[in-house]
Amino acid sequence: MTAEELVQVKVDKSVDARGTSCPGPLLAAKKAIGQIEKGQIMEVLSADEGTRRDIPKWCTKKGFEYLGTIEDSGYYKIILRK
Amino acid sequence: MSKEIEVRVEELEKKITQLQSQRKDQLSMVVFSGDLDKMLASLVIAVGAAAMDTEVKMFFTFWGISALRDKNKKVKGKDMKSKMFGAMLPHGISQLKLSKMNMEGLGKDMIKGIMKQKNIASPEEMLATAAELGIHIDICEMSMDLMGFKKEEMIDYPNLGYCGVATFLADAGESSIQLFI
Repeated sequence: MTAEELVQVKVDKSVDARGTSCPGPLLAAKKAIGQIEKGQIMEVLSADEGTRRDIPKWCTKKGFEYLGTIEDSGYYKIILRK
Repeated sequence: MSKEIEVRVEELEKKITQLQSQRKDQLSMVVFSGDLDKMLASLVIAVGAAAMDTEVKMFFTFWGISALRDKNKKVKGKDMKSKMFGAMLPHGISQLKLSKMNMEGLGKDMIKGIMKQKNIASPEEMLATAAELGIHIDICEMSMDLMGFKKEEMIDYPNLGYCGVATFLADAGESSIQLFI
């Protein structure tokens, strides 16, 4: 998915984990993923650099599709499909 | 496909099934250290693993057990040496010291301050999260006895148990990850 396509993606659930550090965002993502259906899209907002590498690993393990990361001012939007 | 390759594939498949049945998606961790920094590392790894849906079993032994004491619980009927150990060792996770740069507690307070500033969960919070995520904690009975700790002075934790080394070994044997901290 290109950067332009990623920005256009309609997000079904947004998790704001900017107030936490590792492993907080991962934990927030785990809690939130149960609230969406398979095929729906979720974004995780995190200011933690490590999370942007952790979420793709978590996706691989859980069989979710990691779509990409958008860098915003001071934080990341990590997007995935359940 | 030649006969030889077929036989080899069959053998490999058998081995894979064996390997799969031996190891679970489980983390077994020995928490030996009662140092604040090592306790933090243990908890971050444990909570992270649980967030990734890995079953987590923490086995607390030796100095690590101090972290699970409840400072508000007083126990009677201890002998002299047990009382001494009890008085000298930390009363719970908030009293642990750093293994380096503790500087009579100054370094510890500084680290805790920085952690707060950077939104890193405190050890107390992480222990509460561990409980929430169903992380198992087993305490080594022999170490408890050695240090004169009693079950009545341990924290209220939902998945808390007491066991011997064989329980740890059995758990570790079927875990895909084993750590000693």
